[in-house]
Amino acid sequence: MQIEQFSYDNKTVKWFAFATMLWGIVGMLVGLWIAIAMYYPPLNLGFAPTTFGRMRPVHTNAVIFAFVGNGIFMGVYYSLQRLCKARMFSDLLSKIHFWGWQLIILSAALTLWTGHTTGKEYAELEWPIDIAITLVWVVFGINMFGTILKRRESHLYVAIWFYIATWVTVAMLHIVNSFELPVSILKSYSWYAGVQDALVQWWYGHNAVAFFLTTPYLGLMYYFLPKAANRPVYSYRLSIIHFWALIFMYIWAGPHHLLYTALPDWAQSLGVVFSVMLIAPSWGGMLNGLFTLRGAWDKVREEPVLKFLVVAITCYGMATFEGPMLSLKSVNAIAHFSDWIIAHVHVGALGWNGFLTFGVLYWLIPRMYNTQLYSKKLAGTHFWIGTIGIILYAIPMYWAGFTQSMMWKQFTEEGQLKFQFLETVTHIIPMYVSRSIGGTLYLTGALIMVYNLYKTMAAGSFVANEEAEAAPLPKVIPVHGKEHWHRWVEKRPVQMLVFSFIAVAIGGILEMVPTFLIKSNIPTISSVKPYTPLELQGRDIYVREGCYTCHSQMIRPFRDEVARYGEYSKAGEFVYDHPFQWGSKRTGPDLAREGGKYPDSWHFNHMMDPQSMSPGSIMPSYPWLYENNIDTSSTPAKIRAMQTLGVPYEEGYANKANADLMNQANGIRVSLKMEKLETAKDKEIVALIAYLQRLGKDIKGEQTAQK
Amino acid sequence: MKFINYLESIAGVSIYGLGSLLIFSVLFLGILVWTFKADKKLIEEISRIPLDNNNPTHS
Repeated sequence: MQIEQFSYDNKTVKWFAFATMLWGIVGMLVGLWIAIAMYYPPLNLGFAPTTFGRMRPVHTNAVIFAFVGNGIFMGVYYSLQRLCKARMFSDLLSKIHFWGWQLIILSAALTLWTGHTTGKEYAELEWPIDIAITLVWVVFGINMFGTILKRRESHLYVAIWFYIATWVTVAMLHIVNSFELPVSILKSYSWYAGVQDALVQWWYGHNAVAFFLTTPYLGLMYYFLPKAANRPVYSYRLSIIHFWALIFMYIWAGPHHLLYTALPDWAQSLGVVFSVMLIAPSWGGMLNGLFTLRGAWDKVREEPVLKFLVVAITCYGMATFEGPMLSLKSVNAIAHFSDWIIAHVHVGALGWNGFLTFGVLYWLIPRMYNTQLYSKKLAGTHFWIGTIGIILYAIPMYWAGFTQSMMWKQFTEEGQLKFQFLETVTHIIPMYVSRSIGGTLYLTGALIMVYNLYKTMAAGSFVANEEAEAAPLPKVIPVHGKEHWHRWVEKRPVQMLVFSFIAVAIGGILEMVPTFLIKSNIPTISSVKPYTPLELQGRDIYVREGCYTCHSQMIRPFRDEVARYGEYSKAGEFVYDHPFQWGSKRTGPDLAREGGKYPDSWHFNHMMDPQSMSPGSIMPSYPWLYENNIDTSSTPAKIRAMQTLGVPYEEGYANKANADLMNQANGIRVSLKMEKLETAKDKEIVALIAYLQRLGKDIKGEQTAQK
Repeated sequence: MKFINYLESIAGVSIYGLGSLLIFSVLFLGILVWTFKADKKLIEEISRIPLDNNNPTHS
């Protein structure tokens, strides 16, 4: 057989590696910033872009899509070429992919900082960026499949399966969850409302964790771990079962983010069952990773890369044990809305994704620069600082979450709630301090790595095109033993794509179709009316400032929540909420029934200076709301968009909406004036007060009537 | 234009549940059977793919 000469493209890998390091540091810095702002509110700077509600989406998006995203591409571009014994399909597509992704990240950061957000967690980016993401993702797909199709290795190694499943599922999730109706160039409304929006969002949110943070990294594990340990994976059989079980089950588990909410019960139960089952394939993967090192633990002591990989896989095991536990209703009742969840996701992000990325970087850079790592000792220091950082981060957050949740639920003997909400916040401030110390250590470790790798690169010389040779694929592939149908799938990437898609699509369709299909799943409540134009504008401000990052709008049917916040939330109350704003974390109290709780003047003073109304509050102040005018020019378009989405405003209301808006705003201005508070009626704070005063009022004092 | 209208017309939606359960079970059992029956040499060979690279700079 004729041996073919070719070369691997290291340049794209190098660029993705640089981007991984850069955005990793940026994402961690923003995270550290807001971690400190949580116990030192002046750090919000009284400036819109640096307030928590806008910084938090920047942090999550930077870490997930910029740091881990570039990490995925770095690892895939390196390993795919070698597993296929072929150069990437097209250098041009590689280039478009790289720069396209970085532009998306830049525009994401800019738009999030300036308050352009859809208000759906981890899918905050507005519609033009959503389209750009789709295009770049397609470019990545063509490049990947092109490479697979022209490969010189007949078998598709299991890592490639994970890459294919990642690609197809992320495409599906992104497209379905991003259905939105543009109102202007940077504003859109989610196509779905209320319960349906929540279900789609957490189907997306959960599977973003599964198929963006987990499956591609499992692919990397199956390549880089055997590579670094210089031995094949413990059980290749297990990896096959692991793969199919994982991708099929993951897709169902989304509703565990919505336990005890207004989501129909059957959907919640479905989510629980599949979440619990997930532990089997997850641990299958973890054990497969760890057992690969059996008899080679002496190497782990020597080799920094292996140290990082071992801790990463261990953290994966912990997080995937915890996940099913958290989806049990009784555990969820305590953990949800608390810092427990923050701890859980950071074990995953810092441990699994972070450490695996570091391991891969330490492995890749010296090889691509044809040299040795500058300092193994520094890498060891990074390892220890990082590990201690994770521990100092996670333990206080578990503690804080558990403590606060227990305090929320405590009653006195007289049957009164024992603690004010604010008391439960001030109680856990020391934990927030400790968390930020853990974060600082982790960031320091990452900086040490950047220095170490910089010195490594300076000492070596970059091999842009790594020469390689391999025989082309024979026309007829020799068969070992009996040919089997799975071989038919496994040799053919297109079949692989189709089968993976079927596996994930079935779960998605089944979970969602009934909610959309059966009207009785969302009981309509006759007293629930659409928002007035002023409230709608106020709601958009609420979304813009990221209030949902700290305030939920979902009262669960628990004694303490009903006592604290009022009647529990009903599915029918959210039918006009495009997007839903249930939130996932209660750093502040729930707002589902905020309407009428306090006078307008309280909100006016509170938004200006929260500490003046609630001493000890850690909420940022929002001075710009008192200066900015309500954007009334957008009102007609917004009303029309809502009508398109099925909100029953009367015919032609769009043109009358601003008159109603001004009327209502004037009413609030007058009520404020009676309390000696001066404001013009067209300021944003007026719209926000109107929205807050509306929240949860529709069914107050009304019988819940099913139509 | 409400989203709900597009799907309301699907008849016999229960077939989704049955179908998916069947597909999953068959697929899963098939994979189990295959993995345990598969040729040992083949599995061995595939699992060594990452290591077989003739990396010129480092092996």
